Amino acid sequence: MLATLGKRLVTVIPTLIGVVIVTFLLTRVLPGDPAVYFAGPAATPQSIADIRKSLGLDRPLPEQFARYVNDLAHGNLGNSLSTGRPVATEITSRLPASAELTLLGLILSLVIALPLGILAAVKQGSWIDHTCRVVATAGVSLPVFFTGLLLVYVFYFQLGWSPAPIGRLDAFATAPPQITGFYLFDSLLTGNFETFRAAFSQLILPALTLGIFSLAPITRMTRASMLAVLASDFVRTARASGLDNRTVILTYAFRNAMLPVVTTLGMVFSFLLGANVLVEKVFAWPGIGSYAVEALLQSDFAPVQGFVLTMAVLYVALNLLIDMLYGVIDPRVRLEG
Amino acid sequence: MDSRTDLMSLPAETSEGTASRPLLEVQDLTVEFATRRGIVRAVQNVNITVAKGETLGIVGESGSGKSVTSYAVMRILDRAGRIAQGSIAFSGLDLQTVPESEMRDMRGREMSMIFQNPRAALNPIRKVGRQIEDVLLQHAQVDSGAVSERAIETLEQVRIARPRERYHAYPFELSGGMCQRVVIALALACRPQLLIADEPTTGLDVTTQKAVMDLVVELTRERGMSAILITHDLGLAAAYCDRVMVMEKGHVVEDAASGTIFKNPSHAYTRKLMRATPRPGVSLRGLLPEQEQPRADQTKTVRRTSSSTASDALLVVEQLVKEYPRKDIPTSLGKIFSRKPPVETETFRAVDGISFSIAHGESVGLVGESGCGKSTTSMMVMRLIDKTSGLITFAGDDIGEIPARSFATLPSRKKIQMVFQDPTDSLNPRFTAARAIADPLLRLGGLGRGEVRSRCEELAMQVGLPLEFLDRFPHQLSGGQKARVGIARAIALKPDLVILDEPTAALDVSVQAVVLNLLQDLKDSLGMSYLFVSHDLNVVRLLCDRVIVMQTGKIVEQGPTERVMEAPEASYTRDLLAAIPHPPL
Amino acid sequence: MTETTLNASAATALKPARNSIFSHAKYVIAENPVTGMAFALFALIALAALIGPYIVPHDPLASGTAASLKPPSFAHWFGTDQLGRDIFSRVVVATRLDFIIALASVALVFVAGGFAGIAAGFFGGWTDRIVGRISDTIMAFPLFVLAMGIVAALGNTVTNIVIATAIINFPLYVRVARAEANVRRDAGFVQAARLSGNGDFRILLIHILPNIMPIMMVQISLTMGYAILNAAGLSFIGLGVKPPTPEWGIMVAEGAANIISGEWWMALFPGAALMIAVFCFNLLGDGLRDLVDPQRRT
Repeated sequence: MLATLGKRLVTVIPTLIGVVIVTFLLTRVLPGDPAVYFAGPAATPQSIADIRKSLGLDRPLPEQFARYVNDLAHGNLGNSLSTGRPVATEITSRLPASAELTLLGLILSLVIALPLGILAAVKQGSWIDHTCRVVATAGVSLPVFFTGLLLVYVFYFQLGWSPAPIGRLDAFATAPPQITGFYLFDSLLTGNFETFRAAFSQLILPALTLGIFSLAPITRMTRASMLAVLASDFVRTARASGLDNRTVILTYAFRNAMLPVVTTLGMVFSFLLGANVLVEKVFAWPGIGSYAVEALLQSDFAPVQGFVLTMAVLYVALNLLIDMLYGVIDPRVRLEG
Repeated sequence: MDSRTDLMSLPAETSEGTASRPLLEVQDLTVEFATRRGIVRAVQNVNITVAKGETLGIVGESGSGKSVTSYAVMRILDRAGRIAQGSIAFSGLDLQTVPESEMRDMRGREMSMIFQNPRAALNPIRKVGRQIEDVLLQHAQVDSGAVSERAIETLEQVRIARPRERYHAYPFELSGGMCQRVVIALALACRPQLLIADEPTTGLDVTTQKAVMDLVVELTRERGMSAILITHDLGLAAAYCDRVMVMEKGHVVEDAASGTIFKNPSHAYTRKLMRATPRPGVSLRGLLPEQEQPRADQTKTVRRTSSSTASDALLVVEQLVKEYPRKDIPTSLGKIFSRKPPVETETFRAVDGISFSIAHGESVGLVGESGCGKSTTSMMVMRLIDKTSGLITFAGDDIGEIPARSFATLPSRKKIQMVFQDPTDSLNPRFTAARAIADPLLRLGGLGRGEVRSRCEELAMQVGLPLEFLDRFPHQLSGGQKARVGIARAIALKPDLVILDEPTAALDVSVQAVVLNLLQDLKDSLGMSYLFVSHDLNVVRLLCDRVIVMQTGKIVEQGPTERVMEAPEASYTRDLLAAIPHPPL
Repeated sequence: MTETTLNASAATALKPARNSIFSHAKYVIAENPVTGMAFALFALIALAALIGPYIVPHDPLASGTAASLKPPSFAHWFGTDQLGRDIFSRVVVATRLDFIIALASVALVFVAGGFAGIAAGFFGGWTDRIVGRISDTIMAFPLFVLAMGIVAALGNTVTNIVIATAIINFPLYVRVARAEANVRRDAGFVQAARLSGNGDFRILLIHILPNIMPIMMVQISLTMGYAILNAAGLSFIGLGVKPPTPEWGIMVAEGAANIISGEWWMALFPGAALMIAVFCFNLLGDGLRDLVDPQRRT
């Protein structure tokens, strides 16, 4: 297992190199003078020239790249123009908020999507199957920011069940001490149930928004691959040898049907991390997405670049995890990889 | 639990007065399928009886309803199908009245089934030993402590070498024949009374086929079981079964002891099917139904010229080698998106220094089991892939040196053509039959648009394709018609050499008989040479003057067909010949 | 099972070609009336994009402070925004811009991704490796995040939204085209075409491309919805389209602030329009897939 992990890690390297090159190119080569961005809207030609020099933009491209990589190696993502604070510190402190939101969203959607997809396939043509089809098609059509706003309108304005969408905690609660950075865990670990309740009530709507968003692709894929597997020869063999429904569906069909679903999870993560940005904006969530959006509107490029890089590295790591998971399920990959 | 004791007591109860009662008795069975074009009756008014210890063969071509019948017996029809009429009694128990839970209990324990394509019939991500255990535990054959020993024992009984290691194997680590043994082990693990084998050897090599069939027969005899063998191969059924039933379009047309079915077939369809089955001692013409015997005026044209001009070689192949880099089996993950490391490559010789020649007007058979390199050889001669080393000389030209990529547009291209294995796959779905036949004429034939149509019609007549079919698309043609289009396309440019790559493997046996005869007629009238690639010595014998036997990339034997068939020199050829099922004649 | 399908296909084999395509289309629509509905909806959206600006009751840009933030009424079907602009007119007029963005980006990626994918699948080797590497690198980013980065770097314009949307869809098109070309590379009919004297280029153009087109069309319809969502998402966070241009994403963003004070109509109507458009394209894609490739129905 360790050897396979090692091999997989090696294969990640070219991908990471690609990611670093792309993020570098995003600022340096494409049209639009980065120095103008960095100098801000009120810049004079002189100040732009100064910034160009101080950023090393007057140097040849390979040298700039070497400097960029060197900075990265030292954990330096540059400084934000508007706040003056280092981007790396800002992203590290905001990352748990985004991660907590995304993970809860994913868990919510898995808990609903997997059983729904399985039932729809097993009882093909039943009402549950039709529900599943509607959910799958309607779900992918919902703009995630629109779902969020609808939820806010219904649950905050109309019903008053949830608090105002103003971040991770309302004004009266105090943040739990930093342990994992996840408020739900930290408040439980310190036994602060009041804070847990407050954090949870803030978290549930945005997480639900993300959950609804990723529900569709997972349900769709689960149903489709369950249907394919249920029609396969080996399930027929299992039925012909008299295995009971539970064994046929769970041990034989479901585990095989999970293979394409796990592959789809990669795509789902890609959607989720993107949707995260929009959801954070709707719910004023203090994560890295809203940080990047604020910076973007002020043409403050260092945070945006840091954000894109962080997201890409996270995503590569998640894909690695998915690959490993795939290997756990499928012996063909495990034994040959 | 109740049902179990019920069934356990059945044999005892029945043995008293009704020892002669059949194990399985199907009466007036009709199975319907709901399709988008309305109800289709796949099986109509079928009666089957299988006595205890009897082996019954059900033979039919595709669409005859033979598999559906067996699914109905097991009650594993898919949701679109239902038993519309009739009764199925197993040990006197009416299966239609049995609740599903009890039926499930009976599957695997009282009656079980083995399938075509054994690798797909096993769960790809579960160890084979565990899959056998699942069945054993389901039917409470053994308690969980001893179950793995029992599973290993079961593997041993189907002659799997080193069963203790194989227990931990996954299906992808086993060969096709080995997988079929595991499927048999699964089916027989709980010692059922009835085994239904649905095309158990289709897709397996002949030698593997023989081993698998021998094993099935031996195990069922040894245990006094009844068995139903479902197959398209009349010879196979007759060789291994006590009694043979023939089905056509959902009806049983014949039911007789296998000894008599070849001697005295009563139904016209059986006679046709029987005649069409290639077997020793029968000529190519003898495959056709009596009323369709070749019209005397047609066959009188050019006779075989091979013996007279054998020295005049059309194609000479010398020391031909093809190496491939060895690669891992690609997984289901999309290749571009997988982040796997490139696998270290090591070469593997698909074709290992072979030499042979084909004379003008001669037809040569290239025979071997899957993976022996016969297809690779034909592709190299065809100039579709490049050789690694060796010489390919065609009509005096060294065509082996010309890269496959540029060969396509050369004039020599006209001289070597091919008929492909799968008639469906080899026709562009967006081209009509006429457009497919016209393609070579337009590209290489130098004909104008106007002339092409008349030439197409001429070719269609030559291959016996009715002219009104020329404007149809492949999905509107039957398998035999598609095969004719493929042949017309291959002979359109009047080639000197045609490679036939298992041209009848995807066809039903009666269609195969017609196509083989057509190929012979065309060769006689056009004077072409054939290189006939096949796995089936019986078929090769009918059409070829000489035969080359290949094994693992090498030629093990070559010589005149009659000599090789009657006095094979290589032991591998003897194995191949011995593996062909010999029906009682 | 297989036996009956064989029977059924034998029955279809007797009908002439054109007729069977139509009857199949009819069958698909009859079987799934939703697909018929999607076609109707698509016609409506296309109509709105074509003639919308000429038929709307109000000028989408005209503001009247007197009538600001009014709920839907007979005069203003969808209500008015904080500047008193008619939301119905703005929603209808926005159709064209959203439609053009989606169409342009999909057309761009169809040509680039389709070509690269077919070449990669057909030729393999280096072409495949280079195309694969490019797709891999794009796929290494969460796609929306990459689009944000690209628009931020290239400049905040509608053209760049189109380009960014095309780039992030590139790997999807490459994957489909590559897989389809790859399975056909060694198909019997392609080899037969070679034997008939067709060179590589002709084979690609005459034999492979027409067989891949239907599947690519399905892909187009499926990604159109995604392209619209993506463009709207970018303008929702303030990229690309600038106020006061009517566009669904930016209108939802403008209405977002008013949701918590109960003025739901500002965000609801453009959001619903966006949803319906995407829904329509997704249904259309599913319907087309059933039409083209009945085996791959989900």
